[in-house]
Amino acid sequence: MNKRVVNKRVVNKRVVRIGRLRPFAFGVLALALLLAAWEAYRNWVGPWLGTERDVGKVLGFKLLPRANDLAMPSVFDMGREFGKPEIRGSSTSVFEAVVAHTFNSLKLAVAALILGTIVGIGAAILMARFRVVQRGLMPYLVISQTIPLIALAPLTVTWGGEISIFGFEWQKWTSALVLGAFLSFFPIAVGALRGFNSPDPASLELMDSYAASWWSTWRKLRLPAAIPYLAPAMRLAGSAAVFGVIVSELSGGLTNGVGYLILAYLQEGTSRPAKVFTAVAGTVVLGLLMATLINAADRYFTRNRPRGEFS
Amino acid sequence: MTLAGDALAVEVNGVHKVFNIGRPNRIDALTDVQLQVAAGEFVSLIGPSGCGKSTLLRLIADLLEPTVGTVTVNGKSPRQARLDQDYGMAFQQAGLFEWRSVAKNIELPLELKGWDKAKRHARALEMLELVKLPDRADAMPWQLSGGQQQRIAIARALAAHPLLLLMDEPFGALDEMTREHMQAELLRICAATQTTVVFVTHSIPEAVYLSDRVVVMSPGPGRITSIIPVGLDRSRDEGTREATQFYDKITEVREALRGNVANATDELSGIEDR
Ligand SMILES: Nc1ncnc2c1ncn2[C@@H]1O[C@H](COP(=O)(O)OP(=O)(O)OP(=O)(O)O)[C@@H](O)[C@H]1O
Ligand SMILES: [Mg+2]
Repeated sequence: MNKRVVNKRVVNKRVVRIGRLRPFAFGVLALALLLAAWEAYRNWVGPWLGTERDVGKVLGFKLLPRANDLAMPSVFDMGREFGKPEIRGSSTSVFEAVVAHTFNSLKLAVAALILGTIVGIGAAILMARFRVVQRGLMPYLVISQTIPLIALAPLTVTWGGEISIFGFEWQKWTSALVLGAFLSFFPIAVGALRGFNSPDPASLELMDSYAASWWSTWRKLRLPAAIPYLAPAMRLAGSAAVFGVIVSELSGGLTNGVGYLILAYLQEGTSRPAKVFTAVAGTVVLGLLMATLINAADRYFTRNRPRGEFS
Repeated sequence: MTLAGDALAVEVNGVHKVFNIGRPNRIDALTDVQLQVAAGEFVSLIGPSGCGKSTLLRLIADLLEPTVGTVTVNGKSPRQARLDQDYGMAFQQAGLFEWRSVAKNIELPLELKGWDKAKRHARALEMLELVKLPDRADAMPWQLSGGQQQRIAIARALAAHPLLLLMDEPFGALDEMTREHMQAELLRICAATQTTVVFVTHSIPEAVYLSDRVVVMSPGPGRITSIIPVGLDRSRDEGTREATQFYDKITEVREALRGNVANATDELSGIEDR
């Protein structure tokens, strides 16, 4: 009997492991295909079309990029850039710099996601608890998503050093944090609200029959029922947080983060055209790390749920 | 087994329940309902769909309030009885929380009552023993069969030692074999715990097999048309289902239901003769 239990566990574990690796494997495959297409264009398709010197035209539109080292550096050059010193004579390599800046952005994006999640869930609780709040708040939420808030990024960055809240100086990274949080907050609030309202009337009636308070009902029924709704919301929110942070960094003022690094390396475009792509690779890794973190959290929180309903 | 006539578990007095009052789609779900259930008694409510069985059960459970009339549960208002968790409830759907293990599902009412952890768990294991699933404490609900889930729901309803059990078609979704098995289990459990039961069903044999009295209801407007004492021996077993007296009672309840149809606008829908 013991043996059977052990066997079952082993089988289960194997299933889980394959299930976990599959999206990752597809991601790597997709990236590899993209890089291969890039190389194929600059090495063979471009020269064959004659676009080394000038942009290629399709039906009269200038559509195809120049297949030369300046516009489309080789993937292998990009790889080699990682090993070079950041600036001539510097002791830090490009690789170290990209890792450091990416890690910085990751910290900021995770903090933004956490902040957005707290505020989003808080708003969803208020909306689930009080219909008035839902009716009052929802229009603002929807409007806040229709205006391109990202345009405010350069503005909020200039608040650096000029705003002070209760002795807390508004730092430049605070802008990135707030923007990331603001962008991630909406999907969380909407997903959590749907989740909190998802229990069927019979379950709510059951809690009523125990004379459970609204808070007990929330903790023991509404919150756990919302977990499957929160997972996809977190995925959206995760990429929104990364997006908000990188755009803030890109919009100037900041001296840290992978967005800043793209700007900085772009300045050296002509001398080392492949260098900026190391920072771009950093953003790709950043997005993947974020997705991995959220997937791990999802797996953890839904470990006891029946499989195959939402994923 | 105290069937003392003076101790009333449930008393329903001149109750009317109207839904959508003052609107064109007004429904008289219950009119002039009079019902007394003695402590320790097993009473079934039977009648065509829409005759107000669930509504009557919800009134007793204080999930609804009567438009006119009063309901008393264990000598208190239903609200007080609900706050005191005097009753346990079970529905047609087991309604287990899928994120809680079997034991944790049974512990839910105990948590809300503020029992400490060790006591809760001990009680959950005791209840699992009672519903004959002693080794499934750590299983998740979705790993159980429908009948097993239903047994867990009954264990949950009984966990907090309720004096009264309110059940709305709890075996409706089960196959015939499991159903008969569960009926025997329920009688055994109720005899062991001396619980009063108000039981809604669509099945005449089920009502006769389980009950001390069968309350026959009729729709449009919902009301009680007759109350039939079953008068079978309390210790029922599989032999009971073959006894002539059992068949006579089934016939009597069926005729009471037929009588309804003659003057009801609804057809006799959803009543099983099995
Ligand atoms: N919340 C409600 N609002 C409005 N009408 C209701 C409500 N609940 C029940 N009703 C109506 O009251 C009547 C009685 O309903 P009830 O659920 O008590 O019937 P029932 O006897 O349990 O039927 P079934 O056997 O189909 O479960 C029905 O006509 C139903 O439409
Ligand atoms: Mg009903």
